[in-house]
Amino acid sequence: MNIAVVLRQVPDLIETLEIAGDGTCLDYGAARFIVNEWDNHALEQALLLKESRGGSVTVVALDFGEVDNTLYEASAKGADNIVKIPWDADQPPALRQAVALYAEVLRSIAAELILVGCQAHDELEGPLAPQLAFALKLPYVGVVRGVQPSDEPGSIRVFKEFPGAVVARMAVRLPALIGILAAEKAPRYVPVSRIRAAMKSTQIQEQEVSPPPTESLATVSRLYVPEAPQRAEMLEGSVEEVAERLYQILAEKGLVR
Amino acid sequence: MSAQDILVLGETKQGAPSDITLELAACARQLAAQTGGQAVVVLLGPEGKQAAVHVVGADRVLVIDDDALASYMPEPYVAVLSHLLESGKPRALLAGSTSVGLDVAPLLAARLNVPIIGGCQKIEAADGTLKVTASFCAGKMLADLEVSATPAVLVVLPGSYRAAAEGAAPQVETIRSPVPLEPGPVRFEQMILPAVADVDITQQDVLVAVGRGIQQQENLALAEELAEVLGGAVCASRPIVDQGWLPLTRQVGKSGMTVKPKLYLALGISGAPEHLEGIKGANLIIAVNTDPKAPIFDVAQYGVQQDLLDFAPALIETLRASKSEAV
Amino acid sequence: MIQAGTKAAEEGRTLTLLEEVLASPDGESVLGCMQCGVCSGSCPYGEVMKYPPRQIIQEAIAGRDADLISSPSVWMCVGCYTCAKRCPRGIDLTDVVWPALRDQALQRGIQPPTELRVAFQNLYLYGNLLGVSPRKRLDWAKDLDVTVRDLSRQPEPVEILWLVGCYPSYYPRNQVVSRAMARLLTAMGVRWGVLGKDEKSLGDCDRLFGEEGLFELLVENNHKLFRQYQFDKLVLTDPHGFRALQKFYPRYGVDIPAQHYTMYLAEKVDQLRPLLVRPIEATVTYHDNCCVGRRCECYEPPRELLRLIPGLKLVEMPRNREIALCCGGGGGGMWLDGHIVEHGGRRLSDERVLEAASTGAKILAVSCPFELSRFEDSIKVTGLEGKLVVRDIIELLAESMGLEERKKA
Repeated sequence: MNIAVVLRQVPDLIETLEIAGDGTCLDYGAARFIVNEWDNHALEQALLLKESRGGSVTVVALDFGEVDNTLYEASAKGADNIVKIPWDADQPPALRQAVALYAEVLRSIAAELILVGCQAHDELEGPLAPQLAFALKLPYVGVVRGVQPSDEPGSIRVFKEFPGAVVARMAVRLPALIGILAAEKAPRYVPVSRIRAAMKSTQIQEQEVSPPPTESLATVSRLYVPEAPQRAEMLEGSVEEVAERLYQILAEKGLVR
Repeated sequence: MSAQDILVLGETKQGAPSDITLELAACARQLAAQTGGQAVVVLLGPEGKQAAVHVVGADRVLVIDDDALASYMPEPYVAVLSHLLESGKPRALLAGSTSVGLDVAPLLAARLNVPIIGGCQKIEAADGTLKVTASFCAGKMLADLEVSATPAVLVVLPGSYRAAAEGAAPQVETIRSPVPLEPGPVRFEQMILPAVADVDITQQDVLVAVGRGIQQQENLALAEELAEVLGGAVCASRPIVDQGWLPLTRQVGKSGMTVKPKLYLALGISGAPEHLEGIKGANLIIAVNTDPKAPIFDVAQYGVQQDLLDFAPALIETLRASKSEAV
Repeated sequence: MIQAGTKAAEEGRTLTLLEEVLASPDGESVLGCMQCGVCSGSCPYGEVMKYPPRQIIQEAIAGRDADLISSPSVWMCVGCYTCAKRCPRGIDLTDVVWPALRDQALQRGIQPPTELRVAFQNLYLYGNLLGVSPRKRLDWAKDLDVTVRDLSRQPEPVEILWLVGCYPSYYPRNQVVSRAMARLLTAMGVRWGVLGKDEKSLGDCDRLFGEEGLFELLVENNHKLFRQYQFDKLVLTDPHGFRALQKFYPRYGVDIPAQHYTMYLAEKVDQLRPLLVRPIEATVTYHDNCCVGRRCECYEPPRELLRLIPGLKLVEMPRNREIALCCGGGGGGMWLDGHIVEHGGRRLSDERVLEAASTGAKILAVSCPFELSRFEDSIKVTGLEGKLVVRDIIELLAESMGLEERKKA
């Protein structure tokens, strides 16, 4: 099975996020970057499928953030082809632009299965994955925990997660794009020595694409940091008084009837 | 449907509207009051018939009674909803940030070429635009956005709105699907329920956590009772599990599980960094500890400086009393 | 000098465990193993490992790697050096055999326990095992009432470049000790500096884990870093880091004078003595940590420091110096508690605090950052709360010097 995976760079949340001068976007220059956790799961799922059924895994990434690290790691883990899309701007592309860029490259790869993380921290306009599927005219289902090959040729099995650990098993006819919540196994660890070896041996292909559309459908008027949580509000009084007060708080929040 | 209406993608669970649906109904009602329209909740599938009358807070409920919609599949859901949106042209569609919502809402937005905003926490209609406050970057950043295009697709975070406590039953209309529904390339096969081994604390909405303050193993019964009354499960910090008082499946923290419940009630837990790592995603943390300097109070929203052995029984009693009143 | 296995991997070959051990410095000694079992008998987890040390060598020599490398016992060594210390054939199990075994596992795609995996990722991304932002590395010194020379902001020559360490920088309980150290050095009139946000882990823990590639990366980074500054010597709070600098960094051509703080301060007893004005009337017992103790055979300097404190009565635990019981935190132990308990291991620190209390001591003195939290946790669990407290030697010295925890005015 030939599988394509999109790996996005997102701001690493262990650092404080800064807002850019005009107040309407993040200061990406100040951010540290990390691979999008759900895309990382998509990669793991792709590698697991390749290990069980053969085929190849192609990684597609935008030249943004600390993407080279991510790509060498992907290669060390077993990705066969790495395609990087040039991108010069300080900001990552808006949703429509991202859809156009990835869709163009993915059309040229023509994989049977495309795996993309079903969410990313810095998405304001909803997840990329379903919109990308629509642009590629591919069937989509997301919030999937695990993909397995099916006995039916040209088909796969996905496990769509619902609350309470309830899972819907669904059959999907290929070609398709699946939004991954989690791979069947945790993303594998690959020793640093292999990543360093990959730095020497991996060929990253750069693929030029047409300039994407520029208009956005929703405008951000401002970005701001939510009020920092204070220390706990201590509830004073006798044991009974506090119990009553706590009950009220829980009722207000809909946690008790 | 009118251009001022607010449509909600409703969901049901065991014949009743899900919590998020009731929250969205309340949100839609508020918005509809501002736009001069109605809050219309759409329920897809036969289960909607049973659930419809319970959608308190909505003006109308539209049930699409078709067996093809009985189990969620993206294509039939998108087909019905895009028809409703294209023909009815409401002001906005609200969907929950749920497994269904996160599939359907973006697919609809793509198909109709309209804006979509995720992580919505607050929505207001004013001067012909919708003003939305959305949360992203795992809640570390908020954005105020304006959307003029119609219909706007808004994916709302659970807990952003409070469901209406009571109200008149909505006007219910049940129809067959307005569009033919053929099976698509994504086919539902079966629901897999979790094996009833031990409780999966990572899936619980309410957790009562115990630490060294519980002192004796016998006192765990207090925590169990509290968990039962609150509809949750008991979990623990590492020392309790190390002692063998609870199994490893109940351990929260760096060397245990990471949990993200709606309520985390920490009893006698000091808040060592290793433990706090496991509860970073908890919505509401309430801590009970005799030590006012315990680090747990730095992350809890509410704190009780009492001995849990005195406080827990009082809380249980209060909760039981209110439950029997409600019945 | 990278671990042989990882080098082979780069060249597309796979070595056996034995080949990898033999290719390591001091590795040939493994061929002298006479299967006496002293290592397994001395290992604190020998009884619960499927493959205790003796058997690892047996399987390696017989070429039976497969089951061995996928066994959970690969991740149960806590780096206490007892086996290496007692081996009659001088086989350096802890520094040679165990890292080679773990490297083999990693090279062949065996996944380490999750907690450890996360720790490796953190070290790779952020230069510390805790996964905290490097920009926060100097937060412990915020509002400190003494001057901190942050060389990353303002390079200047110093006598001592103090490598604070990861836990002492980020972990709340340890930050108290770091502040005490800052005050203590200042009170002694030492011209000291720190690397601030540029400071990274020295990588010893990860080297023992078998992540040689990561260790090499850290050595390179640290080498570049140290070269930028002028200092007479490095002083470390962390015994593991000290050992890495003393034994392994020179193999990569990084040879810098370094001392663990107990060694450094013990050379300055004459300067310290007059500053220790307040008595500490308590019975104290000292826990020899594995790196400064058994590994580097430095037993007396910490005791000399404690004996300087007026009023302090020093008693010994039955297992002291060479035979001290490890706290369980080394070799990755800090990130393997869950795994070890799951496979039948007991918490060594629980046993150790009971031993400490049995001496009649009220204070358990330590000099390794891991031990503060491990022993304090154990005190809670063993019912010793209120009967025994844990203090780093630095804290005791600072207390005796009247240097209290207070904020800048």
